[in-house]
Amino acid sequence: MNPIETKQTYQNYVDKKSPNSPILKNCFNAFWVGGLICSIGQIILNICKERGFDQTLSGTIVSIILIAISAFLTGLNLFNRIGKFAGAGSLIPITGFANSIVSPAMEYKSEGYVMGVGGKMFTVAGPVLVFGISASILVGIVYLIFNTQSITLV
Amino acid sequence: MDINWANVFDWMSILKCFVVGGIICVIGQILIDKTKLTPARILVIFVTTGAILGGLGIYKYLVDFAGAGATVPLTGFGYNLAKGAIEAVKETGLVGAFTGGVKAAAGGISAAVFFGYLASLISKPKMKKQ
Repeated sequence: MNPIETKQTYQNYVDKKSPNSPILKNCFNAFWVGGLICSIGQIILNICKERGFDQTLSGTIVSIILIAISAFLTGLNLFNRIGKFAGAGSLIPITGFANSIVSPAMEYKSEGYVMGVGGKMFTVAGPVLVFGISASILVGIVYLIFNTQSITLV
Repeated sequence: MDINWANVFDWMSILKCFVVGGIICVIGQILIDKTKLTPARILVIFVTTGAILGGLGIYKYLVDFAGAGATVPLTGFGYNLAKGAIEAVKETGLVGAFTGGVKAAAGGISAAVFFGYLASLISKPKMKKQ
């Protein structure tokens, strides 16, 4: 193999070897996997509504089912394969939240069931809960102060 | 109980859900590819954004339009927290801001803790995770 002389030739070599702009492919995969996960949720939601549950309860049931499925898929080492392929498509739906709990917990299993699994579960999910819950409290307080429909329409 | 499967596989609602859910995930993918944000930060950004949009009353329209396409992504989790907080404030005032959010999201949080722990117990780590 010839030595690579200049920066320019090296850059050309890198450009030739590296895959060209995978962002479009990534976005496409994220789109259809994410859409598919949401559609599964919608089908479960429709079944719940058919059985006479209200909107809020149906939404909770959907979350619980999707979280349970993705937690066990992570435990079986299947979810990270989907994640590698779909990127944000499996990360952004609630499945990614369950995955973010099980992944570190599995990794630190050797450190014990209390501080290893029980403690490390929240390395990623902890910040999500901290910021999510804090934001909801602030929203509640803001609503309390500006108690008008023009600011909060929920 | 009889289930009307035509209502369950209502293609219009599933299509809307697919497109909106897909677009939200594409936004996340662009953030991953174009910025140096770690996945953990992206999850935090999505939940917080959902809570703020929920508080402003904007996200509700997306939920009405796309159903699970808007509630299944983590922005929906944030929306759920904010919606719960506001509804509880209407009933109990300041205490509601502290009780409502978690109460509304309790099912998801508890399921994540319980199934997460259970799945970790039965798992056999073969390879190093990311």
